[in-house]
Amino acid sequence: MRQLWLGWVLKHPWWVLLGTLVLVLLMSSGMSKLYFRGDFRVFFAADNPQLLMFEQMQDEFNKSDNILIGIAPADGQIFNTTNLTLVKQITDAAWQTPYSIRVDSISNFQHTEADADDLLVADLLLDTAQLDEAKIAHIRRVALAEPTLVKRLITADGTVTAINITVQLPELDKNKEVFDTFGFARQLTDEFSQRYPDVRFYLAGVIAMNHSFAYEAEHDARTLIPVMFIVIVIMLALLLRSVVVALATVIIIVVTITSTLGLAGAAGIFLSTATVNVPTILMTLAVADCVHVIASVQFALSRGHDKQSAIEYSMQRNLMPIFITSATTAIGFLTLNFSEVPILADLGNMTAVGVMLACLLSVVTLPALLAVLPVRPGKVKPQHQQDTAMDKLASFVILRQRLLLPAMALLMIVFAGFISLNKVNDEAVKYFSPATDFRQAMDFLDQHLTASMSMDFVLHSGQSSGVNQPEFIAAVENFSQWLAEQPEVAHVNSISDVFKRLNKNMHADDPAFYRIPQTQDEAAQYLLMYEMSLPYGLDLNNQLNLDKSATRLTAALRNMGSKEITSFEQKSLQYFASQFPQYQASAASTALMFAHIGERNMASMLQTLPLALVLISLLLVFSLRSWRMGLISLLPNIAPAAIGFGIWGLYSGEINLGLSVVAGISLGIIVDDTVHFLAKYQHARHEGNNAEAAVRYAFNSVGRALWITTAVLVIGFSVLMLSSFRLNSDMGLLTAIIIFTALVIDFLFLPAFLLKFDTKESQHHA
Amino acid sequence: MRNILPTPLLILGLTGAVWLAGFAVADETKGLAIAQERKVRDAGWGDSESRTTMVLRNAKGDESQREIRTAALEVQGDGDKGLTIFDEPRDVRGTAFLNHSHPTAEDDQWLYLPAVKRVKRIASRNKSGPFMGSEFAYEDLSSFEIEKYRFSYLRDESCNDQPCFVLEQVPADEFSGYSKTVVWVDQQHYRLHKAEYYDRKNTLLKTLTLHDYQLYLDKYWRPHKLSMVNHQTGKSTDLLIHQISFNTGRTAADFDTNALQRVR
Repeated sequence: MRQLWLGWVLKHPWWVLLGTLVLVLLMSSGMSKLYFRGDFRVFFAADNPQLLMFEQMQDEFNKSDNILIGIAPADGQIFNTTNLTLVKQITDAAWQTPYSIRVDSISNFQHTEADADDLLVADLLLDTAQLDEAKIAHIRRVALAEPTLVKRLITADGTVTAINITVQLPELDKNKEVFDTFGFARQLTDEFSQRYPDVRFYLAGVIAMNHSFAYEAEHDARTLIPVMFIVIVIMLALLLRSVVVALATVIIIVVTITSTLGLAGAAGIFLSTATVNVPTILMTLAVADCVHVIASVQFALSRGHDKQSAIEYSMQRNLMPIFITSATTAIGFLTLNFSEVPILADLGNMTAVGVMLACLLSVVTLPALLAVLPVRPGKVKPQHQQDTAMDKLASFVILRQRLLLPAMALLMIVFAGFISLNKVNDEAVKYFSPATDFRQAMDFLDQHLTASMSMDFVLHSGQSSGVNQPEFIAAVENFSQWLAEQPEVAHVNSISDVFKRLNKNMHADDPAFYRIPQTQDEAAQYLLMYEMSLPYGLDLNNQLNLDKSATRLTAALRNMGSKEITSFEQKSLQYFASQFPQYQASAASTALMFAHIGERNMASMLQTLPLALVLISLLLVFSLRSWRMGLISLLPNIAPAAIGFGIWGLYSGEINLGLSVVAGISLGIIVDDTVHFLAKYQHARHEGNNAEAAVRYAFNSVGRALWITTAVLVIGFSVLMLSSFRLNSDMGLLTAIIIFTALVIDFLFLPAFLLKFDTKESQHHA
Repeated sequence: MRNILPTPLLILGLTGAVWLAGFAVADETKGLAIAQERKVRDAGWGDSESRTTMVLRNAKGDESQREIRTAALEVQGDGDKGLTIFDEPRDVRGTAFLNHSHPTAEDDQWLYLPAVKRVKRIASRNKSGPFMGSEFAYEDLSSFEIEKYRFSYLRDESCNDQPCFVLEQVPADEFSGYSKTVVWVDQQHYRLHKAEYYDRKNTLLKTLTLHDYQLYLDKYWRPHKLSMVNHQTGKSTDLLIHQISFNTGRTAADFDTNALQRVR
């Protein structure tokens, strides 16, 4: 059957190539449907509970999509004529931001003041021409005493300020809208940088984050894919030493990638920070298949076979291993479907499809290509040298087996013990490398103000106009004070402060009246009055819902990990529920969404792992035709990930979304080494050799191939480390570590293990 | 030689500019004429009272209602005077808002708060702010005065199945929230049917449509439903006017700050 099929391929190579071309063109046609999506929402499924809560809050109150422009003058003094003028100018100019619905700064803060029977509500800084020392001192006093401004838009020492632009994207072409909005803000700050060379500007906020997601994804596509391509070409040149076969490999890789991307486009999958690396990963995985096929062909040619029989020889040797290794790799990637994160599932599915395509192409199209191309035997014949190297390694393992087995076992246990140093942590801001503009802006603003972490609480009074009830305002006040006392909290923005300020204003600015109004009517009418005095864009809808039954309270948080965030959420909601059982509270924020998804994703990935392990082991049992070998394979299959995560615990200790999937995908890849080694070992044992001879045979026959593919894979995944997006660079690094560890275990531990425990079987066979 | 070449181009350019300017002038003249006719057609109504339900809607479709009563007094030679009394929500019942609009100067605005029995003046520079949390700004509701805008006629177009003029109104007040408003006025009765409000970055912010026009005193057309949709936030507000009466006998004395405290 196999013969028949291969014979046909080799007899009609042009038909095969034509057929491939048509198929590839068909599949690749979907590529035009691919598009980039830079939006933090890509990490969340449509039914994600935290996303739903977040969206519900966004619907009920104004959206909180924003750009935060940080302004840091070199002289460290916001409150002087020059810098206040700058703030006022940028504030006015910021209204021109596309899709902006509101701009907040210290200059347009709605300062309320009692003046006889009038309530003056006006911009804190309306006219820069009027700025004199007295006016500046007044602005400084008001701004630094205002709880809604300090630490949010101005530092307590007045050295750094920020302008918050709230935008409402129509979400028709979200990526373009994000780029337009961010592009405008950047142009704005660039212009002001020229006019005020001593002032540093920083762009942060949700829009900046979404922009960075898209920008870094495109940046990865522009830089990593070409780098990977160059790396592949260099590797092929080193390994194959032939332009023609390297070309054949490149063709296979390119059509694998275009077909995969085309199918993804047709399936409606978009490119994101995760899926943009599918080409890089596929290049790595596909090159291994091709190298196996070609190396065998070259080997056969150098032994004096003609081309046709050399290809047949290679196919016979490689067909089954390529299929098995591709299938296990695909299974590993398919486990990502159990991830809570849609783009990780996309990454898994695209890679799985791509790997199977690469498998198909390297056993159908590659032989046909080799059949029509002028292929010569490999120029180098390192086989012999390598054999001696491998033989030496085999001798070493056999000689030192008594030492190696316990030493390696101890090493494995120790490193696996370090796994406990890891903890799940997902902070969207930290996904970006400290070298990126966005991260630098966020870090700077976090240092001085509060930019990246916040939690919104919605407190429901349970009835229309309920927010005007003094007892409800008191509850809000109590909760916001409790929040402010928590060590995690940097700043609280609460409607109760507005009520207190208005009460004071209505009583001739008497500080004694800086308290909650006494009756609901009073509170309601003060609020109505304030609402009626607000200028364009500055309504209260970001704090109060439509029928004033609920209020939104925002707590800006100090930087903390996702575990702390979720426990803070729990703690806060419990406090509110225990103190005010008559009211409802809920919490939402982007930080909370990422914190929850990190934990849930990890949990679901850990649950999937055993399933993947069973599936892959069954595949091994099937291919090795031995339950015993399948069982033995478990150890070298599990250990690398355990050690890898142990090393990670020592190195970093932070597990993000990108890393939670590494165990699954690396399992599918490293299993290949074990399969090859055990297959050869078993083959030798069936021939009647003892364990020692079988180990030596295995080293000699597949040792070189194993280290070559490991080198290719390690280098390939290391290219991902160049990404300035940590989900990708961490994933690349840890996968590379695990793949390398797998080789070490297969070379040093597995043989020692077989030598120790596989002795009985040998006698039985003999 | 170097001076010769640009000359014909310059002349051509200048001619073009003059020609275009001529058009613009003509359009502004026609625009102003239409606006003036609109004002004239609505002059002389004296005073009126009405009861209105305000329906606020957010993007999700949640609704909230406000009940208000309004009284208006036509003032010759100045902007009209308006009094708004809030009935619902209950906690603002009796709160009264008095507005003296002026064609060029800033409007004068006061609010009477029954809870503390006091009248407070409001800074009316914030005229583009929301009225009672709705999608209507003060300036959308205050009286139509020629001096508030620079008009230009854009085109004829049908609206509500009748021929209409389309005008562009650019506010004269630098504190207006709008860069311009485009209005649709029918050619028969000069009634406003639709208005599009553009924000300060010149993107479409809101659209107002006016429905159910009825004729009062054989001369004055009044809409009974005004719908304002905010395109940027997805929020909307409907004003449902239940009942309008004219010649109620109110005088200027009912529209001063002293009268505010007597309002029921």
